[in-house]
Amino acid sequence: MIKINNLDFAYKNTQVFKNISLEFQKGNIYGLLGENGVGKTTLLKLICGLQKPVHGSVTVDGITPSMREPQFLQNVYFLPEEVITEDTTPEKFIQKIGVFYPRYDFALFNQLMKELEVDLSKKFNELSHGQKKKALLACAMSLQTDYLFLDEPTNGLDIPSKALFRKVISQYCSDETTVIISTHQVKDVENLIDPIVILDKDDVLMNASFAEITDKIYFEYSPERLQDAYYTEMLPGGYINVMPNTEHLESNVNIEALFNAVMKNKETIKNLMK
Amino acid sequence: MDFNGHKPIYLQIYDHVCERILSGEFRSGDRVMSVRELGVELGVNPNTVMRAFERLQMKEIIATKRGIGFYVCEDAKEKILSEQKKDFLENEVPEFLKKMELYGLTMEDIIKCRV
Repeated sequence: MIKINNLDFAYKNTQVFKNISLEFQKGNIYGLLGENGVGKTTLLKLICGLQKPVHGSVTVDGITPSMREPQFLQNVYFLPEEVITEDTTPEKFIQKIGVFYPRYDFALFNQLMKELEVDLSKKFNELSHGQKKKALLACAMSLQTDYLFLDEPTNGLDIPSKALFRKVISQYCSDETTVIISTHQVKDVENLIDPIVILDKDDVLMNASFAEITDKIYFEYSPERLQDAYYTEMLPGGYINVMPNTEHLESNVNIEALFNAVMKNKETIKNLMK
Repeated sequence: MDFNGHKPIYLQIYDHVCERILSGEFRSGDRVMSVRELGVELGVNPNTVMRAFERLQMKEIIATKRGIGFYVCEDAKEKILSEQKKDFLENEVPEFLKKMELYGLTMEDIIKCRV
């Protein structure tokens, strides 16, 4: 389990987190959402030990990531958004870094490269952006760490690759793994991410599973805008209304509408989900 | 599989498994694919598939056996059909009747449609 307690963090004079507390339970694929610049990447960096809290604590199964102990580092992998352009093949790259990860599986790497349809003979700098991303994803997943953090993993992937991405991530997930996907492309990870964490400037607005969300919030499709909705949006054929779920009805979470509803009613929804 | 926007995904997966039982792909006593296998096939969070399976178990459409995993119950087909029949009568028929009234259709008009 990842535990964040009363965390403060700042880059020089820019405050990023102010007294936030948050937990990530294992066995889940978390979706980390938030507007540009709220600190999604920074949070991932803090959890994997690339940054150190100013105040408060971050622990992963009781270990402090910023101590950078091998026993912790061998069980976590962070795939940043920026793509490396090393003058080497993905195969050579994974063989080089694989030695640091006890569960690294070269056969799995090959299988993933095949499933994701990446040309094995090419070097990173000869691959297209999307192919590079897929190669790095195959590398990351073949390390089989319990903690896997992906920053905007679907950026640059073509349409079939996005479906493949969902399949391989679903396959990766077990009772022991914690996957956190930071993204703006919520459509790409729809039905894959659950729970959802929504970050705001200095704050955490939501950390809830779909079951918890639909228990409190109802997503209603209607021919006109409904009163009392937290948020309404026009869709082809009508409106989607994000409503308080007063009658205990079941509905499907529309992540985009949810996000916009939370952004418009920060305190209300934060209190509602408490 | 294409999910629609309105119905919770776990219920759509529930329906999906029911359809596969009705079509005869999964037969009584047969092992059903695991939560993980179905999750991968659909590209869906395994926890969501688990929720669908829990509901299938609660409705006694599938059950677990140690060492085997989930298998299809003896009278799964009958249970699914009777549930769908109930849903049809309670939800679809009233909707249908409302439309008949709106368009001024009689039972005779409907019977004429039967091939």
